[in-house]
Amino acid sequence: MSDVAVLPEPATPAFDRPGTLVPVVVFGLLALVPLAAPLGGEAYVMSFMTRVVVLALAALSLDLLIGYAGLVSFGHAAFLGIGAYAVGILSAEGVTDIVAQSAVALAVSAAFALVTGAVALRTEGVYLIMITLAFGQMMFFLASALAGYGGDDGMTLPGRSLVLGRDLLAGDRALYYVALAVLGTVYLGLRRLVASRFGRVLAGTRENATRMEAIGFAPFGYRLVAYAISGVVAGLAGVLLANQTGFVSPATMSWQRSGDLIFMAVLGGLGSLHGAILGTVAFLLAEEVLAHFTEHWRIVFGPFLILAVLFARGGLTGLFGRRA
Amino acid sequence: MSTTLLLIQILNGLQFGLILFLVAAGLTLVFGVMDFINLAHGVQYMVGAYLAAAFSAMFGSFVLGLAAALPTALVIGLVLELLVFRHLYARSHLDQVLATFGVIVFLTEAARMIWGVEPLSIDVPAALSGSIEIADGVLYPVYRVAIIAAGLGVGLLLYVVVNHTRLGMLIRAGASNAPMVSALGVDIRLLFTFVFGFGAMLAGFAGAMVAPILSVEPSMGDTVVILAFVVIVIGGIGSIRGTFLAALLVGLVDTLGRFVAPALLKLVLDPAAASQTGRAIAPMLVYILMAATLFVRPAGLFPARR
Amino acid sequence: MSGPILRVERLAKSYGALRVTNDVSFAVEPGELHAVIGPNGAGKTTLIHQLSGTARPDGGRILFAGRDVTRATMPERVRLGLARSFQITTILPRFTVLENVALAVQARSGSSFRFWRAAGHDPALNDPATALLDRFGIGTRAHMQAGFLSHGEKRQLELAIALATDPKLILLDEPLAGTSHEETRRIVEILRELKRSCAILLVEHDMEAVFALADRVSVLVYGEIVATGAPDSVRADPAVRAAYLGEEAA
Repeated sequence: MSDVAVLPEPATPAFDRPGTLVPVVVFGLLALVPLAAPLGGEAYVMSFMTRVVVLALAALSLDLLIGYAGLVSFGHAAFLGIGAYAVGILSAEGVTDIVAQSAVALAVSAAFALVTGAVALRTEGVYLIMITLAFGQMMFFLASALAGYGGDDGMTLPGRSLVLGRDLLAGDRALYYVALAVLGTVYLGLRRLVASRFGRVLAGTRENATRMEAIGFAPFGYRLVAYAISGVVAGLAGVLLANQTGFVSPATMSWQRSGDLIFMAVLGGLGSLHGAILGTVAFLLAEEVLAHFTEHWRIVFGPFLILAVLFARGGLTGLFGRRA
Repeated sequence: MSTTLLLIQILNGLQFGLILFLVAAGLTLVFGVMDFINLAHGVQYMVGAYLAAAFSAMFGSFVLGLAAALPTALVIGLVLELLVFRHLYARSHLDQVLATFGVIVFLTEAARMIWGVEPLSIDVPAALSGSIEIADGVLYPVYRVAIIAAGLGVGLLLYVVVNHTRLGMLIRAGASNAPMVSALGVDIRLLFTFVFGFGAMLAGFAGAMVAPILSVEPSMGDTVVILAFVVIVIGGIGSIRGTFLAALLVGLVDTLGRFVAPALLKLVLDPAAASQTGRAIAPMLVYILMAATLFVRPAGLFPARR
Repeated sequence: MSGPILRVERLAKSYGALRVTNDVSFAVEPGELHAVIGPNGAGKTTLIHQLSGTARPDGGRILFAGRDVTRATMPERVRLGLARSFQITTILPRFTVLENVALAVQARSGSSFRFWRAAGHDPALNDPATALLDRFGIGTRAHMQAGFLSHGEKRQLELAIALATDPKLILLDEPLAGTSHEETRRIVEILRELKRSCAILLVEHDMEAVFALADRVSVLVYGEIVATGAPDSVRADPAVRAAYLGEEAA
């Protein structure tokens, strides 16, 4: 059956109201970040925190897929890349408005999700992991071959996107708050979604797909829609990511990035939504701190990841308790 | 397009396919017997290439280098199994993927620290340098022929071992029902360790063989392991025969695609556009092949009986 | 509606050289509790798989409520009113008891592509579900996680889930397997009660229960129906005694 919910004994409720205290604290602290930013070098802190918020959005989309639908996508960076390249390519062609860019990014993300999902979601488990990984890699090679748009090297954007013709995202704080607002909105939307009729069917297919078929649900359609929703959210994160980095390259959708995203979702604790945000903060902070000490920080980070998988089951929200 | 070039490309495709087979065979055996998905299998290939390069330089001989690289790759594989992988067999596939991802991060960085970021290159061994005439006026490097021969040889060996020996019988039985094999009194842990080490050595061998013709760099295993996944997904997980055929198919499609796609597109597009589109499409072909295969046969070409 | 609710015509299935179902024909009338009995290896489980849609027959037809469902998937059959329970208890262990049943209610009440309103407090789902739980005697367990129920209670929950899909016919695959004496008595009561709502096709080993409950009994031996009829006439049938109750007759 699914890879995630291999629990012989019921451990935690399948869908609980995710609680309000932790999310309120998390979003509250995130909202206060710009006030504290000058303490650590304004530009550096804002750039780092915007990256955290944007990747948290992508990790959140993955938690919907892994944590609630039990579907492991190892190609989610492709959606980030689609969003980022929508900004990059459209900017290069003179379309600099974020509304148009987002519309294209979301449409292409949805189309890519529906087409690849139609193949990948006919399978389960390990097959799904490998197939999504392969499709992600396919997009990576496609981007590398776009000679007109930087090819392997990628391209630098002329500037940040405009909002309805106005230069609203130019400031670092403005971009940060826009990203945070998007994260908050998507978070609230997904909270509703997982408690809705659709969300229940999704959780049911994760728990036991045969049971769901035996009461009249064919899982494929629900899984495909969940995959598309998740892909669209990650595509939106890609639009924001391009604006944060000011640079678009195939590396945006490297398979390592896909792995990072899964780690962020898992590290925070699957199936709680806000866990994905906490996980992203923890993951990127660990990366940043280690990189501060040594150029070869990965030699420490790798074992850290292995130990996290072996010993920290349930992730950060598991430590705090799910109902907190 | 000239037939000469086509012939050479077909041989190159075959050679690439056989390398993929060496990597994918270990993956699919390990998955079949242990239900363990090892993302870090590609690292074993990378390590094999580095070891061959390093030992060749040390001994001044590729053959000695290869002879030293193989057991070292095996030892590294077994140490990893002991330290990390062994604790993952009973875990979910997601945990396996994530922990082995961590192994990749670690070993890739380790290779970078030991050998630096600059690609290494070693010479083709003198005995296998030069070219032979494979058809009228068509020259092909002897070393690549040697790779093809080695790949076919290992493939044959694997076929004989898996299908005609007691060990192979245990491997096949373990693939369909591990608890049963265990209940029959076979030391399943030992079998696991053996299969794992064997798979690791095959990947190491593949890496060592390509070291003289590719640039040896820390990330070289990544693309190969993803293509190896494509191979076993097409072939059907757990099936050596499916893996072999799919590996050749993927090798040929990937190699020929880069060469044929632009040529074919020139028939409908102007040359500049054709070459650009062709270059963009060619690397996607194997993934499209995978999607098409799965659409028709969701469990791959030769699904192993589960 | 006239005519049988389920008609099975010359159903066949082989696994390799092994013919598991070999020309099986019978019919279930509306409102009837029809039991299928047979020795181990007679092909009862394969028959259930074919009827519910998890195994494709090699030959023959399955007509349900007048429609040919031989090639329909399990969800399609369930939506037409052909529900099933499993031999091995199959519930959603991390869902509460109420949620398990509410989800089945949801399956038959409109589209589930609704993303916004919370399902957890929807009376359109919870009220019918609660009523079913009360009817099956596990109303007090509504808010417990289903995985924590006792074995017998899980079987009861499974029956409630099956009934929640609003079936015309329920396929019950050994609902009494592994239940205690006390639980058996309770489930037999429930089945008697269930009979008032829909037709039942019961595959069961517990002969005492079968002969107490069934309106008609079909005997499956080596993939073929050797007798069908009222319990008493089947019990007296010499072919059945020979093939199945052999040791008793001797």
